[in-house]
Amino acid sequence: MTIDVALIIKAIIILLIFGITLLIAMYSTYGERKVAAFMQDRIGPNRAGPFGLLQPLADAVKMFFKEDFIPSQASKWLFILGPCLSMLTALMTSAVIPFGDSVKYESAPGKVWDIPVQAIDVNIGILYVFGVVSLGVYGIMVGGWASNNKFSLLGAIRAASQNISYEISMGLAIIAILMMTGSLSIRHIVEQQHGGNWNIFYQPLGFIIFITCAFAECNRTPFDLPECETELIGGYHTEYSSMKLGFYLFAEYINMFVSSAMISSLYFGGYNYPGMDWVQAQLTSSLGEIAGHNVGTLIGTLVFFAKSLFFVFFYMWVRWTLPRFRYDQLMNLGWKALIPLAMINIILTGGAILFLKPLIVSFLK
Amino acid sequence: MDFSSFLNNLTPATGFFYFLSFLTILTGLMVVLSKNPIHSVLYLIATFFCLSGHYVLLNAQFLAAVNIIVYAGAIMVLFLFVIMFLNLKQEDEESKTNLTKIAAMVTGGTLFLIFVAVFRKTQFGAFDAYSFDSQVGMVESLGEVLYKDYLLPFELASVLFLVAMIGAVMLGRREAGDRHF
Repeated sequence: MTIDVALIIKAIIILLIFGITLLIAMYSTYGERKVAAFMQDRIGPNRAGPFGLLQPLADAVKMFFKEDFIPSQASKWLFILGPCLSMLTALMTSAVIPFGDSVKYESAPGKVWDIPVQAIDVNIGILYVFGVVSLGVYGIMVGGWASNNKFSLLGAIRAASQNISYEISMGLAIIAILMMTGSLSIRHIVEQQHGGNWNIFYQPLGFIIFITCAFAECNRTPFDLPECETELIGGYHTEYSSMKLGFYLFAEYINMFVSSAMISSLYFGGYNYPGMDWVQAQLTSSLGEIAGHNVGTLIGTLVFFAKSLFFVFFYMWVRWTLPRFRYDQLMNLGWKALIPLAMINIILTGGAILFLKPLIVSFLK
Repeated sequence: MDFSSFLNNLTPATGFFYFLSFLTILTGLMVVLSKNPIHSVLYLIATFFCLSGHYVLLNAQFLAAVNIIVYAGAIMVLFLFVIMFLNLKQEDEESKTNLTKIAAMVTGGTLFLIFVAVFRKTQFGAFDAYSFDSQVGMVESLGEVLYKDYLLPFELASVLFLVAMIGAVMLGRREAGDRHF
């Protein structure tokens, strides 16, 4: 009976994470329009509901009621498989991200369950994320090829070569973090940043490489060449309509949120915030051990969401500020600038761990 | 032991193992049997997923993840990439003459015979549940084995990779005065 309650709490946490990811992706579409409107001195959506807050719902209804069209020369099952794969890989990533510390629950006096606010805590979390991200390109490639359209195929091929190129420097940027923390579990990496010890202060170059590659992996401006409408009509989703198109567009926003969450947990301390221990001590002394811990976890989770949403905003900010790269510029940046920089970053990190750290430790003694 | 008692004695792990093995063989067969090369590639990706499932069953999570990243995530993307560029409307029958078909059957049959002959009388080491270390497939133990016991083969393999990489760059290098776009 006791284990059942712990399992129910875990199930609720998993459902909440899933639901919140979808909700945030849904309201990112609204946010994107509002941010774009603000930057271009317009008002943006304001018809559906107060401040246009029901706009995403209206969009979803519109998507569902459009005609679902499959081109006659398209390969039918692969045409359907494409958007499904895109959505699946986008949603799988959020499983290993630690959204908060842990929820404590006392089933019997003296018997306390400690349930982490995370769907699964695998000890290869980063590799899991990396594997799922590298599969994300199949949705685009399969959909683009199955459409039997030259523009779609060109978009798919651009997406594939772009993702392969930028995955390498992304992996190399993460290796520098792994050298510092010595663990592949994202929860360990977040815990080691406790007390203002954020990785961004040690890895500024790695952070810049990582965020550039994250933009390229999400196919966001300035790297949105797979779907650039001035050259390829719509790129890989030219032939798609109705909710299949909706899945492609929605997967992009989920990817954006998940990569923002990854950035904030790898480089910005995840659910840690300055003065966390003091707040935790105040809460436990006033509310008691278990309730205080849970409220502290809630505050940490809110901080984590605030950090992630800032980066979602950053994605939109960049989209409406920077123009698109040319294709050879994109490839040159990936292969000739980011990969050498990431390797230099690894060597510098290794040198600092081997020589600088003992020097500083002996100096402080 | 008849089939119903076999089903009754099935633990969840062995049941999952048989299911995965079935899927692996099925998708592997579909790679060979499907007419469309794109379908073959997609079935091959599914086969890699099944193999990763086997790694997870053996508690080798690192190998499972790396298998997905390297094979399914990078190499198969390149396969798909190349096949998409080919013109699939033309039936390419040149390479399917009777001679090649017979040669393929003979070599494949010989390989099958050798496998059967080797594994028929092999004694596999008995599994001891008490001395088994469940952490053997983790990253830490893999790193220790790789960098202590098998350092030389590891270094040789990395030199091989370096040579292959330089060769690929040399092949794709642009000649003087050559423009690709």
